[in-house]
Amino acid sequence: MKALERTQNKSGANVLIEVEHLKMYFPVTSGLLVQRAVGYIKAVDDVSFFVRRGETLGLVGESGCGKTTTGRCILQLYRPTAGTILFDGKDLCSVPGRELRGLRRQMQVIFQDPYSSLDPRMTAGNIIGEPLLVHGLSRNRREYRERVTELLSLVGLNAYMADRFPHEFSGGQRQRIGVARALAVNPQFIVCDEPVSALDVSIQAQIINLLEELQEKFDLTYLFIAHDLSVVRHISDRVAVMYLGHIVEIAERNEIYAHPLHPYTEALLSAVPIPDPIIDAQRERILLTGEVPSPLNPPRGCVFHPRCWMATAECQEVTPELREVQTGHWVACLHVPGYGAPERVP
Amino acid sequence: MATLLEVRDLKTYFFTQAGVVKAVDGVSYDLAEGETLGLVGESGCGKSVSALSIMRLVPDPPGKTVGGEVIFDGQDLLKLPDSHMRRVRGKQIAMVFQEPMTSLNPVLSIARQLTEALELHLGMRKTEARREAVRRLAQVGIPDPERRIKQFPHQFSGGMLQRLMIAMALSCNPKLIIADEPTTALDVTIQAQILELLKHLSREYGVSLIIITHNLGVVARYADRVNIMYAGKIIERGTARDIYRHPSHPYTLGLLNSVPRLDLPRKEKLDPVEGQPPDLMHLPVGCAFRQRCRFAIERCAAEIPPLQAVSAGHVSACFAAQTLVSRAKEQGA
Repeated sequence: MKALERTQNKSGANVLIEVEHLKMYFPVTSGLLVQRAVGYIKAVDDVSFFVRRGETLGLVGESGCGKTTTGRCILQLYRPTAGTILFDGKDLCSVPGRELRGLRRQMQVIFQDPYSSLDPRMTAGNIIGEPLLVHGLSRNRREYRERVTELLSLVGLNAYMADRFPHEFSGGQRQRIGVARALAVNPQFIVCDEPVSALDVSIQAQIINLLEELQEKFDLTYLFIAHDLSVVRHISDRVAVMYLGHIVEIAERNEIYAHPLHPYTEALLSAVPIPDPIIDAQRERILLTGEVPSPLNPPRGCVFHPRCWMATAECQEVTPELREVQTGHWVACLHVPGYGAPERVP
Repeated sequence: MATLLEVRDLKTYFFTQAGVVKAVDGVSYDLAEGETLGLVGESGCGKSVSALSIMRLVPDPPGKTVGGEVIFDGQDLLKLPDSHMRRVRGKQIAMVFQEPMTSLNPVLSIARQLTEALELHLGMRKTEARREAVRRLAQVGIPDPERRIKQFPHQFSGGMLQRLMIAMALSCNPKLIIADEPTTALDVTIQAQILELLKHLSREYGVSLIIITHNLGVVARYADRVNIMYAGKIIERGTARDIYRHPSHPYTLGLLNSVPRLDLPRKEKLDPVEGQPPDLMHLPVGCAFRQRCRFAIERCAAEIPPLQAVSAGHVSACFAAQTLVSRAKEQGA
């Protein structure tokens, strides 16, 4: 991917995460005694992107498109099938375990479901303090306790809440505990995997504001995974759209929302409801027919072509690669002006 | 249009060991034939329980509908004997549940899920019911219904299951469909499909619709009127236009302001409703929203503001309602 190199050179030192040709295939096995792979679910199929230091990259797409898998691959919670993931210049896929453990301090995660991501038998204080113990970050008990108190107040909780158990908190407060746990080791990079989608609307805004404040304070870099496009527009600097294991479009936030190029991005944006009956009725809505195909047996050619209203015979044959059609605006669609001729695979 | 459903002062409480939870506390509204009503509120505000109370499906114990009337088509559902109620459920009033994956019986084929109601309520024979079931599946846009009907729920995707739920709800030509968060578990593109389908079917067959949701955006386009609930009570009601253009309760205003909107310029900072929803077991005296409210005055702590008319057909339970409306009008102008 030549163009990717170009962008890197442009802002070389600024890139914190660089993902190249990432593939994550999960085998589907069959057989009673001898398990044989009968097929592969291509959850992530040749994905490349980078995240600059201090920015928020939004990763959007429908369920099953591979956005969470991408996040987990970066965190090395999965061992990718192929590809490289450079974190601060080091390839996470090839560093030895001991070194990886050190690097894990730099990358943390906030999970979607604040109910199942906290151990119900641990107190809030112990949950937040565990990363400190694992990485040996506090020298004595007093330091440990002070740090836990500090973390609690950072996320807007009171110190006395440290002795409470998760069930005594509301959904929004639990998510704050999740945020505090991620912050405990002073990471550089946090994967936010749908951190607000399980919360009530009035609470969502509280958590989003908190994440933004913390980013400013600690110079954090976020990969913000979500399916809610209005939330992603609010929090992201750049946005990547995924469909069926592929990134179909990446651009600066304002650019992608004002001038979406890929038909899927267009359809996705038009489907977002707007809380105003008059404006919403005036909008043109692109109703996609059908559903996302199974990643076990993805369509040939462009993966979006069975649902695309612009698809031609060519789309069934050629898989479009991600190309930069305008500065910083990448898209994978044969029908976008300026995309150029498709690459023929002999 | 004639009134189809009239809910009067409905009260459903849960009697738990820790105390009484007033999940629905004096809710009243009505619904005309063919109308689409939105019931909006956050989790725990009592919107689902109020729907379940209409269907008399609240688990008892611990739940109990302790007061009120639900007048559907001229009769009070709360007073009907169980055997009669069974004839209303599924036949006259159908329900579409939030999680289609968990509301279907996993060991029954799609055919059986659909034909059960047809045989029970309409007295159809097996073959007839099956033919009807195939027709219903096709109606909700499931491709290849002949083959699909032999399958089981786990072979369907989330969007397909929700379509199946709608087909089941429609199967006996009900007068009212209550859809409890019908799109919450679905992706945006599928969400749009399902809502269009519901609205289309309601127009086509004149079915009344209650859409329960926590997402104000979802019902903006589809609801004729909207009820906003908070802590077991309706705090604002009006036409969709009234609610979204001239919100007259601070909570509604807060909900509208807290979501980022794609059609407006991006805000530097979101404007959340501060604090947490109240504990229904220990509701504060006076207005339940008072502690999170920017407009709270002393009077709010002393008495519960009643639902009062702001304009024709638009009511709000807030002492500051008029101020809010005139502010909204100023900003709009």
